[in-house]
Amino acid sequence: MLQPSKSHQLLGWITFVLVLVALYMSFIYAPIERVMGYVQKIFYFHVASAWNAFFAFFIVFIASIIYLITRNMRWDTIAKVSAEIGVVFTTIVLVTGPIWGRAAWNTWWTWEPRLTTTLILWFIYLAYVLIRASGMETQKKATLAAVFGIIGFIDVPIVFFAIKWWGAKAHPLVFGESGGGIHPQMLHALIASVIAFTFLYFYMLQKGILIEQAEERLKKIKETLRAKSH
Amino acid sequence: MRFLAKIANIVWKDLVAEFRTKEMISAMLIFSVLVIIVFAFAFDPVGETVRAVSPGIIWVAFTFSGILGLNRSFVNEKQNETLLGLMLAPVDRTAIFFGKVITNFILMVITEAISLPVFFVLFDFRMEGSLLQLLLVIFLGTLGFVSIGTFLAALSANVRTSEILLPIILFPVLVPVIIGAVESTATIFNQGAFEQIVGWVKLLAVYDVIFLVVPFILFDYVLEV
Repeated sequence: MLQPSKSHQLLGWITFVLVLVALYMSFIYAPIERVMGYVQKIFYFHVASAWNAFFAFFIVFIASIIYLITRNMRWDTIAKVSAEIGVVFTTIVLVTGPIWGRAAWNTWWTWEPRLTTTLILWFIYLAYVLIRASGMETQKKATLAAVFGIIGFIDVPIVFFAIKWWGAKAHPLVFGESGGGIHPQMLHALIASVIAFTFLYFYMLQKGILIEQAEERLKKIKETLRAKSH
Repeated sequence: MRFLAKIANIVWKDLVAEFRTKEMISAMLIFSVLVIIVFAFAFDPVGETVRAVSPGIIWVAFTFSGILGLNRSFVNEKQNETLLGLMLAPVDRTAIFFGKVITNFILMVITEAISLPVFFVLFDFRMEGSLLQLLLVIFLGTLGFVSIGTFLAALSANVRTSEILLPIILFPVLVPVIIGAVESTATIFNQGAFEQIVGWVKLLAVYDVIFLVVPFILFDYVLEV
């Protein structure tokens, strides 16, 4: 039987509590922004999703390298699941970004470096998922996907700098010296939200690996059944 | 030196095979001119628009026609089942990669050398910037396109639907080359000083180096059976 392990269930409950805490801190604990109002609440989930997406793609990169060295299918599964999670969170970033932007700067989209880089990032990893979805034998697919996982990740900083030099400057720099600064309670809420999302990532990663294992098992069972019926 | 001779042999073999059929080069040429003509209908070919959109038109024509050639460079080998022969040849796998890069580069340069004057004529475009700088940018841009393009073509050749897969996986990765090439071409057309394009030229050069070295390391994995 493929039952989720005790630690997986525990992780699920911890994530659940942390997400509740993050929700409380974002909506009730943190003060309402003076200019933007409630819309600013998107910020906590927008930034946390972006963090998760980059983290997920970093894991794809690392897992791809380890797979090419060790040829252990475990790492291939991790890269695959992580890429899918990354694409989901990048989608969330790309959806929440324009909603916030529309309210804050009165425009849905600006061709601003970080925004545009995220869009290209999304396309790169969609390509990765497409390579995964193409019909090939498992080993071959794992190798090619790993190679693309490495290429794609190396490309991201170059894309960022190219777009930075090309684009205008519209994104508000919240942190850093020239940034507008942030209320301490807002910062707490943001940190809580990032931590909760990080746990959510690991929970989804485990879940995805479990699903992959279940699919493998199902495939084997089908093969045995087919062999018996002949 | 032996390594270079091996690469030269692969280039020679590819070019001889290509110029017997002229299958790729003719398709690339016709397509790149067609793209330019389509743009002539899409934008008003007379008037000020031309100057503003011409760098984009040129690079879209180059990259789109380049994709046609890249698609065939490994798929042909697969279909004729000659890729296995190439892999069995007593050469380093990376020699195959560099050989293919150089072949594709030569084919693209031929296409560009013909379609660029065609563009100038059809749009009645008077080149005013430095031709030398333009050639430098075209060289670097084409090299970047061909190096990563050849590598991803080898990767996608493993898939049945490689013609569909290649553009989708290539263009997102190619974004820095397209931005750099278009921006510096625009500056050259506007007679900008060389200082204005130095940043872009460096970016293109760095991209070229990275995506010649990284495939060099990873190419063995792509050709694995």
